[in-house]
Amino acid sequence: MSGFTALLRRDLSLVWRRPGDVGVVLAFFVVATVLFPLGIGPETNVLARIAAGVLWCAALFAALLSLERLFAADYEDGTLDLLLLAPWPLELAALAKCLAHWIVTGLPLSLLAPVLGVAFGLDGPSLLALMATLLVGTPTLSLIGGLAAALTLGARKSGALLALLALPLCVPTLIFGAGAIETLAAGDGIVTHVAILAALALVALATTPWAIAAALRQAGE
Amino acid sequence: MADLHFLANPARFRRFSQRVLPGLGFATALMLAVGIYMAFFVAPEDYQQGKTVRIMFVHVPSAWLSMGGYAMLSALGASLLVWRHPLAALMARAAAPVGASFAAVCLLTGSLWGRPMWGTYWVWDARLTSMLLLFFLYLGHIALSRAYDEPERGDRAAAILALIGVINLPIIKFSVDWWNTLHQPASITRLDAPAIHNSILVPLLWMAVSLLFLFVYLVLLRTETEIDRRRLENAEAAA
Repeated sequence: MSGFTALLRRDLSLVWRRPGDVGVVLAFFVVATVLFPLGIGPETNVLARIAAGVLWCAALFAALLSLERLFAADYEDGTLDLLLLAPWPLELAALAKCLAHWIVTGLPLSLLAPVLGVAFGLDGPSLLALMATLLVGTPTLSLIGGLAAALTLGARKSGALLALLALPLCVPTLIFGAGAIETLAAGDGIVTHVAILAALALVALATTPWAIAAALRQAGE
Repeated sequence: MADLHFLANPARFRRFSQRVLPGLGFATALMLAVGIYMAFFVAPEDYQQGKTVRIMFVHVPSAWLSMGGYAMLSALGASLLVWRHPLAALMARAAAPVGASFAAVCLLTGSLWGRPMWGTYWVWDARLTSMLLLFFLYLGHIALSRAYDEPERGDRAAAILALIGVINLPIIKFSVDWWNTLHQPASITRLDAPAIHNSILVPLLWMAVSLLFLFVYLVLLRTETEIDRRRLENAEAAA
């Protein structure tokens, strides 16, 4: 476990010393979201109806954008070889990297999304639901994206390939995340949706670390 | 299982496939000819859908084969990762585009069928959407297995992807079902008697078996090609 915390603290302090990397991702999220009213038109009732889907998709793209470098830097400078040799399970290291990615991407995106939701004319309960679903759903995106990042390590055109691999696998999370706000608008509770999002996160937590570790091992060979 | 392990050696597999392929190709052509004759001339028209019901004889087996093909990809992936079968990687490489083609055929015939029946080429219906996502999973597998300069790395990365994909496939299916549904529910794989009359069911199953033969034929042929290609590449690298 000490390896897990050490790796997590290292990744977080690396980001802490270069906060611009997180800033770029959040700026992308804001700009991508703002483009939708410009493209669709400023009618508030239309915007409020599509807000949840737009914000969820933009969050998904923003999370993917930052994933390409998740293992690439470690792969290039040899840190990955040391992780492979380390006495701790590689699965835990993979989990630590994904957790660090979630803390610096998924968490700020979840907190920022309600602010943008106000601009789309969402009401109070919908804003809370948006934040709750993003908080529960983004860990899945970090885990699945981490797997795609590990699989494409050292591949040609890894960025576009990463998106092609990760997006179909992220569809369930997107459906239930964005669906929750629509359910709320229809007058129902969102507990079912949040519970299913949590279940998806747990399935990802139970399966992806092994797959990421396997992918990293074959990349290190 | 012992026989399958026996075939894991690419050279031995190649001798086996060369002996089997001509007969299998002939059988496939014959079965497809009979199947297409039955689908076009023997099977009755549907009282509601008219002649368009004949699209089903290609559409439905393609859907089955594309789903079965992905299951096969993941089984090949598992045997590559567990036993390091050299042949499993080559066969996965050969099978993925065939499976993707069947998924594409299913989507295309479905959209051509949807135009007269539903009045539109495409609806965001649950079964269509999950077939489209299966097609994307195939594309990801194909792209990943060919994205590396060392083909062995691509093979293993794609094997891991196929295993994760097969775990996620039911989840994707379930979530898309939840999201929207318009397509008629499955009417053959019900536990009680099928809701289709025998005059349509028999040609349908015949076509399914013929297309399965075609699938196997194409995969064996392409595996043979992959073996030759890998040999050529190794020879070039050694020279």
